[in-house]
Amino acid sequence: MLTNQSKNVVQPIEANKSGLSRRRFLGYVGASSALLVTAASCKKDAVTTTGGVNLGSGDTGILNYAYALEQLEAAFYVMVAASPYSGITAVESAYLTDIRDHEVAHREFFKAALSTSAIQGLTPDFSSVNFADRTSVLATAKAFEDLGVTAYNGAGKLIVNPAYLTLAGKIVSVEARHAALIRDLIAPGSFADNTAINAMGLDGARTPAEVLAIAGKYIKETLNASNLPTS
Amino acid sequence: MNLQNIIFEIEKKDPEILQKLDTRRKVMKDFARMSGKVALASMPFALGSMFQKAYGSPTDTKDIIIDTLNFALTLEYIEYNFYIKAVASGIIPTGAATTALTVIRDHEGEHVAFLKAAITASGGTPVSFTAASFDFTAKGTFPTVFSDYGVLLAVAQTFEDTGVRAYKGQAGNLISNNDVLTAALQIHSVEARHAAHVRQMRRANGALIPAGVTVKPWITLNQSGIGSPAVQPSYDGEENVVQAGVTITNIGGQAISASAASEAFDEPLTKEQVVAIVTPFFA
Repeated sequence: MLTNQSKNVVQPIEANKSGLSRRRFLGYVGASSALLVTAASCKKDAVTTTGGVNLGSGDTGILNYAYALEQLEAAFYVMVAASPYSGITAVESAYLTDIRDHEVAHREFFKAALSTSAIQGLTPDFSSVNFADRTSVLATAKAFEDLGVTAYNGAGKLIVNPAYLTLAGKIVSVEARHAALIRDLIAPGSFADNTAINAMGLDGARTPAEVLAIAGKYIKETLNASNLPTS
Repeated sequence: MNLQNIIFEIEKKDPEILQKLDTRRKVMKDFARMSGKVALASMPFALGSMFQKAYGSPTDTKDIIIDTLNFALTLEYIEYNFYIKAVASGIIPTGAATTALTVIRDHEGEHVAFLKAAITASGGTPVSFTAASFDFTAKGTFPTVFSDYGVLLAVAQTFEDTGVRAYKGQAGNLISNNDVLTAALQIHSVEARHAAHVRQMRRANGALIPAGVTVKPWITLNQSGIGSPAVQPSYDGEENVVQAGVTITNIGGQAISASAASEAFDEPLTKEQVVAIVTPFFA
């Protein structure tokens, strides 16, 4: 069970932050942060600083942020498996069923781990998805999986407790495997093309604000991420 | 295994390696003593523990980060040199297969360049390896690695899955530096994308896949999907279905099989485990 033991870890880790020259490293890495800055188009105000579903603060907030994204992904694949698109092959069906199970497992894991700190169950809004159409379903799946990868990659640095960081790491590589497969189903060989990976061979990383601006379109509730850590 | 070459190579770039390892004489003496007593199969573990002593326990945060980046750089050198030879082998089908392995090769080369620059920018000295540093037959375990396409893909899959687990195991060492941690995560997920694609290539090719096993983009239980016990250490532990004390199988009343529960989470490897896995690939 995850508990709020992170408080004890905060001080020593923060105290060591200057161990490596940030500026020098940034000087080199700088270009990478510009990677994949996708224009976030949202039809409604997806994120709020007052009211809404409050994700909370600290590591709990980050875990709730992950829980929200996993709820979204799980709900999507439950729909996909329940109403397969026209012309789905046996192999595609098996893959999408596997992915559904993985995402449901992730969702239920965060729910159990967060226990009483968990946010409510969210209501998905898939009105923009045509579940009967392969192109629509796979394009949405690709968007979710690539988004999930960049979300976990961007959230890693916001986590204080190393055990939670490892847990996030255990999940993100599975999301990346999903992303690669879905991309290959859409266009064989596009598993890691230059729309996902930059010229330095790096995948994307997005802040929670960037991610929620994109994901919010698919969630009926408004999420309040204003208490999440930012560094 | 030519341990001396490995140490000399690292010494060129990290003059303090031998101080870290104690003294050269003592290292070689210890190693010779171990060689005499320890079965060959356990040698990688002996080597691993020596490097663990040298690289595994610095107390200074900056040293920990630079050592961790050098460890990552070593793995990227292995992969990059592997794919250079793979693409040049002439046995990869033209078209999609060659294109995919070329994309992966280039990413590994970019990772080498990125990590070298990052280590230098951080005030460290990057390790360096050349094609001659490696033996991709793994001391004869995979003699046809560059003449049999199925074997080539099996080794590629093992490198990618091992790389994913290796980066995951090091994340905690980088937690104190946001920029380095984020960059490492950005490489980690690329390796996972590679693994997923190579696994699809293996499924399509069919070679070396044991009867009754389906190779999927994700890792099922501790199955390598490769009919060779030599790769098993890269998959042991992946069968884990308990995360942070929470049992994932049938969690929350959902029908989640043990296979799906294991697939849903990739597991880390320690530096020592990874060193043991890759040591046979050094010339």
